[in-house]
Amino acid sequence: MNMVAVNHYLVLSAMLFAIGAAGVFVRRNLITILLSIEIMLNAVNLTFVAFGRALGSVDGQIIVFFVMTVAAAEAAVGLAIVITLFRHKESLNPDSFTSLKW
Amino acid sequence: MTLFYVFAAVAVGTSLLVIAQRNPVYSVLLLIASFGALSGLYVLLDAPFVAVIQIIVYAGAIMVLFLFVVMLLNAPHEDTEDDLRVHPLLRPGPMRFGAVLAVAFAVELVWALTKAGESGAFPGGAVSSVAAIGRSLFTDYAFPFEVTSVLILVAMVGAVVLARRSGAGTSE
Repeated sequence: MNMVAVNHYLVLSAMLFAIGAAGVFVRRNLITILLSIEIMLNAVNLTFVAFGRALGSVDGQIIVFFVMTVAAAEAAVGLAIVITLFRHKESLNPDSFTSLKW
Repeated sequence: MTLFYVFAAVAVGTSLLVIAQRNPVYSVLLLIASFGALSGLYVLLDAPFVAVIQIIVYAGAIMVLFLFVVMLLNAPHEDTEDDLRVHPLLRPGPMRFGAVLAVAFAVELVWALTKAGESGAFPGGAVSSVAAIGRSLFTDYAFPFEVTSVLILVAMVGAVVLARRSGAGTSE
């Protein structure tokens, strides 16, 4: 009997998290970097739900609820910062915001 | 079993395409597809509440916000003329280091999870109802819930203040 166990979900979550981390490392676009952060948050959410299902409690789903709230706040503030930066430099490349670099 | 692999393949494939796309509009739309696949996985995990708010909150609200900002900024293409057609692993310096680090991170995670041994299958008949989630949310987690509302308020005010044009709304 080849059942889907917790490990399957953990490997999938690890792959998604690695994809998100690679996006943050590799891409040079502020919007895409924020999207990669969302991918990582969703990978962690999947882990929470899988463990909650394995342990038979609803705590995992409640943590997911809070993570989604924090993700919404982070997206709102992050996109506002992106808009402000774009107005200053007319660019979305994070390498162009080096005013504080000595 | 089959559904899990279908949803997992869709999630991983669309997430990879999100990273690979040059046009942020396509990235956002592909990420919505990825969230749909994740929502299916939540249904398979007997978590219908999370599946529904994944669609409503993530795909419906957050991604529309992203899409709105992408279209507002009107900068669809990445303005990196210097490394426009270079493979990420061939780029110079820290970027190449970051790519190598990400690949090492992926290998490490998969290795750790395969070494973890065979975990048991899920216990049967543990459907978590929305009523149970609500009861726990408003009793055990009442204080974090209220803190969350304050966080949302702060984020809303912060976004408005940050995105406001300087001088447009100041009365003094």
